[in-house]
Amino acid sequence: MALIEIEGLYKSYNKLLALNNLNLSLEGGQIVGLLGPNGSGKTTLIKILNDLLKADRGSILIDGKNPSTETKEVVAYLPDRNSLPDYMKIKDLINMQADFFKDFDIEKANSMIEDLGINTNMRFKSLSKGMGEKVQLALVMSRKAKVYLLDEPIGGVDPAARDYILKTIISNYNPESVVIISTHLISEIESVLDDVIFIKNGEIVLHKSPDLIREEYAKGVDELFREVFKC
Amino acid sequence: MAYKFKNGIPIYLQIIDELSISIASGKYAPGDKLPSVREFAVDIGVNPNTLQRAFSTMESMGIVHVDRTNGRYVTDDEKVLSELRAKLSKRYIEELVTRMRKLKMSDEEILNAIKRWLEEV
Repeated sequence: MALIEIEGLYKSYNKLLALNNLNLSLEGGQIVGLLGPNGSGKTTLIKILNDLLKADRGSILIDGKNPSTETKEVVAYLPDRNSLPDYMKIKDLINMQADFFKDFDIEKANSMIEDLGINTNMRFKSLSKGMGEKVQLALVMSRKAKVYLLDEPIGGVDPAARDYILKTIISNYNPESVVIISTHLISEIESVLDDVIFIKNGEIVLHKSPDLIREEYAKGVDELFREVFKC
Repeated sequence: MAYKFKNGIPIYLQIIDELSISIASGKYAPGDKLPSVREFAVDIGVNPNTLQRAFSTMESMGIVHVDRTNGRYVTDDEKVLSELRAKLSKRYIEELVTRMRKLKMSDEEILNAIKRWLEEV
């Protein structure tokens, strides 16, 4: 059974149709790129997967269950904006995550953050943007989740931080989990993906592996994206 | 040690290429143990499934083999290795000759130019 099974998904905001009969099936052991312009429905889809929004119509199963507080226990979400209380000390943030999530691995979080050379007594707001991103990623990766939703994990950070973040994603690869990465930085991330989704006007217009895209179109994913989404 | 990938060619094929060159040039010597998929994927910056595909293909080519404990080793079969070297050098020669012919050089001129270059270096 697929880890994520979506059929006939619709979502509107007043008159705006954000998701239009979306169908998607994802297995564990994949790192998937969710690619599309702003306003294409990416964030809506991510929020629905994370049970922050309810769909209007359609079925969505995460590990066989409808989105609920139960599925939140197996879904780890890294939002594109910092959502953590930044006045808190990092060690307190770690404890807070451990309180919220049964599957949170405190030792792993501590060791990842220590590897970054960060003292957990520091307050989150004293970190640079790049460091903050890495810490947030460490907290998300310290969960033993079935679904990881990463919304723009490498946006707005320096190349070395991007490398670190991508390596962290690769090294946390788990054949029983699916990692969904939503990003604009396609050429940076392509080699990390084994599956690519193009979403346009709330519908999926392409769903293939990067290597199959290269075989069929003799182009990289970034180049194909520019063609498909030409303004 | 992240690999740089070109655009039009499947990534797993480019991995096979880079690894073949490393093996043909002796960076990984005959019989050497290769890093695990997990480790290597992080090192070169690729998805583990893509790397696995590259490894599997190289296994079917006889360039690497997997032993009982799932360790992956470079072959020590000299025949396979010299075939690999021959294949790579043939490709380089093809590239070189094609480009020089575009400059309207004859085969004799090409050979002489190469000879002179080798003597100078």
